[in-house]
Amino acid sequence: MSTYPDTYRYTKEHEWVAVDAGIGTIGITHHAQSELGDIVYVDLPKVGAKVDAGKSFGSVESVKAVSDIYSPVSGEVTEINEALSAAPEKLNEDPHGSAWLVKIRLTAPEEIQSLMSSADYQTYIKAEQ
Amino acid sequence: MSQAAPLQATPLNGVHRAMGAKMVDFGGWDMPVQYSGILDEHHAVRRAVGLFDVSHMGEIEVRGPEASKLVDFAATNAVDKLKDGQAHYSALLYDHGGFVDDILVHKVSDTSFFLCVNASNQEKDFEHIRAANRFDCEVEFASPRYAQLAVQGPKALETLRGLTTVDLAAIRYYWFEDGEVCGIPARLARTGYTGEDGFELYVAPDHAERVWRAVLEAGAPHGIRPCGLGARNTLRLEAKMALYGHEIDATINPIDAGLEWIVKYDKGDFIGRDALLAARGKPPRRKLAGFEMTGRGIGRDGYEVLVDGEVAGWVTSGSPSPTLGKNIGLCYLPPAAAEIGRPIQILIRNQPADAIVAATPFYRRAK
Repeated sequence: MSTYPDTYRYTKEHEWVAVDAGIGTIGITHHAQSELGDIVYVDLPKVGAKVDAGKSFGSVESVKAVSDIYSPVSGEVTEINEALSAAPEKLNEDPHGSAWLVKIRLTAPEEIQSLMSSADYQTYIKAEQ
Repeated sequence: MSQAAPLQATPLNGVHRAMGAKMVDFGGWDMPVQYSGILDEHHAVRRAVGLFDVSHMGEIEVRGPEASKLVDFAATNAVDKLKDGQAHYSALLYDHGGFVDDILVHKVSDTSFFLCVNASNQEKDFEHIRAANRFDCEVEFASPRYAQLAVQGPKALETLRGLTTVDLAAIRYYWFEDGEVCGIPARLARTGYTGEDGFELYVAPDHAERVWRAVLEAGAPHGIRPCGLGARNTLRLEAKMALYGHEIDATINPIDAGLEWIVKYDKGDFIGRDALLAARGKPPRRKLAGFEMTGRGIGRDGYEVLVDGEVAGWVTSGSPSPTLGKNIGLCYLPPAAAEIGRPIQILIRNQPADAIVAATPFYRRAK
């Protein structure tokens, strides 16, 4: 089983965020990719786009379905993971690592406090099943 | 949360769960959507062989001296074209010409017909046929007596060869034979919903697990995969096979759907005939067309289609095509816009994405 890094924070919509020096790296969780199945398409915002916590900023699509990505935090997109556009299947292979989605300069760092810890998230997904 | 009715389960439900399939609610049935992954399963069927549990499908039997008359009156195709042991694709229509369901009719004999119908329509179909029965025959809701397994792919025949004494190679496409599989009485039909060669096996529910396991074992040297409904959908879409609730429903008639070839007007009266004849006298109102995305994104079921910037149709099924490596789909268009190569747009989450009308089927197996 994949591990959920303790340094990440998690949302009920199955995104994670890792904050370092005011920049949040955002991705989808192992559980999310597993539920989606083979991911074939990723739609990401442009660099410079403003995103709001809890609002959709893009989508991932599996063969079967489309799923919105909700931003765990508010801020401005500083970087997007260009590699995913040519190789969306990386999201199935390494969702907590190389297949991160976007980096965001946080405008409200305190938002992190309301997100789940790794332990809480794992309890949450167990209860969901 | 709404109060959902308990899901129905096939005889193989426990096997799917034990084997780690991902299960979903499919029209009220608790069914495997995938095992190893839709792409892996899809490729296995195109290149080797896959095994599907399709026991949720319904069976209806019509028996008696006038069985053929009832089937001819209730369904659109003409059973006098069928020999014993032959099957064909047909449709049940409402008086107004819309689809009750699309079905497979198997002729067992002049006095016995075996109908395979869609899972979520089976009760409705049964009532529809029974209500049409003014003939000397009986209609049985036979679903509880059958499990159905689909063995599909170029290695389907080799997979099954050692499990049966039936000469599988002698069964032609859309013919069937009654015999045994693993010593269990079975109806073996050379039919399928994938665009590949293959067989659909009808057995008693109590024996389904034994046949399932035996087929997986026999197919192992060929790389068989247990498959879910996800791959079944991508496979049938590439082959442009209609799915009830998508390409066809009560608001769509066979002319719209490009399925007039299963309607035999000259056989005499049948339910929906007058409405179809009336529709034939007018310009067609819509046409089912294939499309291929040329822009980014996937046109999904229900998305609107733009022609010259105006909403002019809708997507009935859309998905990545694992075989072609493109994003494809089917849509209803005004007939004038349905010419191959014509640029259209699909409204994907309120953003128009470019596509072109494409030739169908998207995939046709080499003979």
